[in-house]
Order: sequence, then structure tokens, then C-alpha cells
Amino acid sequence: MTASVAMHLSDGVLDAPTSLLFGAIAAVWLTLAAARGRIDIDDRTAPLAGLLAAFLFAMQLLNFPVLPGVSGHLYGGALAAILLGPWVGSLCLSVVVVIQALLFADGGLTALGANVTNMALLGTAAGFVVALAARGVARRSRAGLLSVAFLAGLVSTVAASAGFVVEYAIGGQADVSLGGLAGVVIGVHAVIGIGEGVITALAVGAIARVRPDLIYLVRTSEARQPAAVAS
Amino acid sequence: MSGGHATVLHRPGDSPVHLLPPQVKLLAAFAAVLGVVATPREAFWAFGIDLLVVLAVWSVAGVPLGWFARRAVIETPFVLLAVVLPFVSGGPRMDVLGLAVSADGLLAGWNILAKGTLGVLIALTLAATTQPRDLVLGLQRLRAPGWFITIATLMLRYVDVIAGELRRMRIARISRGDDPRFLWQLGAAARGAGTLFLRSYERGERVHRAMLARGWAGHMPAGSAAPVGALRWVAGGSPALVIATVWAVAAWPG
Repeated sequence: MTASVAMHLSDGVLDAPTSLLFGAIAAVWLTLAAARGRIDIDDRTAPLAGLLAAFLFAMQLLNFPVLPGVSGHLYGGALAAILLGPWVGSLCLSVVVVIQALLFADGGLTALGANVTNMALLGTAAGFVVALAARGVARRSRAGLLSVAFLAGLVSTVAASAGFVVEYAIGGQADVSLGGLAGVVIGVHAVIGIGEGVITALAVGAIARVRPDLIYLVRTSEARQPAAVAS
Repeated sequence: MSGGHATVLHRPGDSPVHLLPPQVKLLAAFAAVLGVVATPREAFWAFGIDLLVVLAVWSVAGVPLGWFARRAVIETPFVLLAVVLPFVSGGPRMDVLGLAVSADGLLAGWNILAKGTLGVLIALTLAATTQPRDLVLGLQRLRAPGWFITIATLMLRYVDVIAGELRRMRIARISRGDDPRFLWQLGAAARGAGTLFLRSYERGERVHRAMLARGWAGHMPAGSAAPVGALRWVAGGSPALVIATVWAVAAWPG
């Protein structure tokens, strides 16, 4: 769950050179992801990725109250990484972030590179690295899978917020103590990350009951092709 | 669980701003926001002129002021940061209304407030005058990668379908005695998310097969786009040009 505090950065928080720098980083990373993602999905199967991006988008529309007056929504970095893999997952999430900026003015246009880097790339990558490291545990038992998904959700949220701290250190506008900023931002997102982790775990658990073959993380390599290709 | 973004921001119209080709609007919006962000924060007058430029575009587009004001609240979290910065920043202090605040932090707060607000207003202008489908078309004409266009087109086409499915699942749950409240609704909502993923995946397979049956070859047709004349580029880019000029003057050394 995400209160959008450090998530959708607005314009003016980072200076222009830093904004452009992270735009370039996001573009290079996405090009790499598109190239690597072709192992899992190609131009012909891209429509499937479109539906999965719509799923992630719809999940972000789902706000629920956390405390009176505070509502949050799933951000989905770890969920995308576990279900779709790091490459396709980050491609789908980056489309979600870009379209939200253009359609809803959610996040600044110049901060788009930084926002894609944090949410679609860093968060997904961190979630996947955690999940991959613990894949053995995830395959062993249902409880293992749920704990790995929880941890990946937590870590991905914290990683995305840590991306903001790094960006602010490079191109932030005020001379604030970075230790203090990092403490507040990462602390808040560690709490938010617990919610993200719980939802990620329960959602992955629900899918594992019915179609474990669709979960990228625990799929065996020969079954890795999307079902649509097999037909 | 009502979506914060449930309604698309587009306001149909036939003003010159609405009719401008989407690729022109996209480039102009990005250039304008970049110009605003690059402007030195001490050049207070510059942001005034930038705001006048935005107001001029609105009057041409025929979108009322209040409409933008109501939607600009999306920026609120960062206004919070702008308010906090003067108190937590280092550097020399100054007195404002009897409070000792950091001069640098005050400027930084102003910087986020001014640039963030102008950025949101410019982005809202783009969203208000351009159909979602046209935004993707504009990106396609600006040579965005093929995978991006395919995913974005299908996502926009199906996000309402899938969000509707989410709503129906919730109604079904409630009508069977579920009482979604506080944290306890988390479990049902998350399991619902799992089910929704499966339905989206299976729908994706069906859509993909249907597309193959209709001759899908791997990329979205761009449609026949008449080339955009230099005059329209200049007209559409003129607000961004003014903002860039303001930036150049404000950033000029000495």
C-alpha cells in the first residue's frame, strides 16, 4: 500500500539536470528490459502484457482505508516481479507510471524518469532479487511462498523509496540532513511496505492455489513460455 | 475502494488546443515543464510569466479555471514537503512572523511549490485537451518503442473492463454477507486481487488469440497521419517557446 508521499515525485523536487539524468537511466534500463523480456514475451504476445498492465493499473485504482482519513493502494512492484518476472513486470509497470503521469497528472512530467526508475525498475528489481534469492524456500512449501512474497513486497517498497533518497541527494533543492531524510522516508515506507507485503503474499497465495503454473518465480524453465504461444 | 482516478480528465472540446496533433502537444508540454524546472528559483517574476502563459492556453482551450483548481490538489503531498523544508533545512536562519526558519529551506520550499504547481497545471492542460487514445497515438508518432505502444493501447482499452470486474467482485462479496471494514477487508481484497490476475491473464490469452485471428502481426497500426505543417508546430509550441525564453533570460549570468 502506498501513500504517494515519496512515490509519484512532482516537478521541482529535483533539479533539471538530475531529472534528465534519471530520464536517461530509465530509458536505458527499459531498453534492456525490453530486449531481455523478449525471452518471455515477444511482439506477438505483447497483447497479453497489455492486459496484465491493465490488471496492475486497476489494482492501483483500488484504494482502501488504512486509518480514518488515510487510504492507500497497492503499488505492485513485487507482485509484478513474482508473477511476470523482472523484465515483463517492469515493462508493464513503467507503462502504468507513464500513462498515469500523462492522463492524471500523477507525478511531474520532468520527474517521469525518476518515477519510472523508482517504481517500475528499482522496486521490481529489488522485489525480484529477494524472491529469486529465496526461490528454494518459495518452492518448498506454501508457507515458504507466502513469506517470500511478503518479504519481496516489503523490500520493493523500501527500495523504491530509497531511490527517492538517492535522487534527492544528487539533485534535491534544499540543504537538509540526508540521514534524517533517509530515516523518515525509508521509515515511513517500511511501515507502508508491511501492507504491501501482506497483500502481495495473499494475492500470490490465492493464485498458487489455482494456477501455480502462471507464477513466474516458481515456474520451471520448460514451462516458462506463456500459454498463449503454445496454442 | 472507489478509485481516486475513476474519471478520466479529458474534457471534450473543439478549441484550437484540442485540435492540435497530440505529438505537438506532448513535446510542447514536456518542453514547457522542463523550462519551468530549469528556471532559477530566485527569479520570482519568471514564474509569474509562466503562469500567465498557462492561463492564456486555458482561455484558448476554453477550460474554466475552477476545473483546474479542483484537480490540482493531486499535488498536495508535495506541498507538505514544501512547508516542512524551511524548518528542517540548514544554513543561515531568518525571522518570518516570529519563527526562525532556514533561508535556504524557505527558497527550496517555494521552489517545490511554484514548479510543482506549474508542472501539475501544464500536465492537467495536456490531459484535459487530449483523448487518452490520442496521447498514445502521439507517443507512437514520436517513435516510442513498439512494445510500449502495444501495452499502453491494450491497457487503456481494458483498464475499465478490469476495474469493472473488480467492482462486481466486491458487490458479489458484499451481497454474500461480507462486511468490508478497516484492516479486515485486506484479506478478501488481496485474494480478490489474485482472482483478478487469473481472469486478466485468461482474458489476455483470449484477446491475443482473437487478435491473431484478425491478422495481428506484432505492432499497432499508426493510422494515416497527415504530416504536421511547420506553422502548427510553431503555433502549438509557442507557449513552450515563451517559457523557454523566460528561462533563458532568468538563467542568463549577470
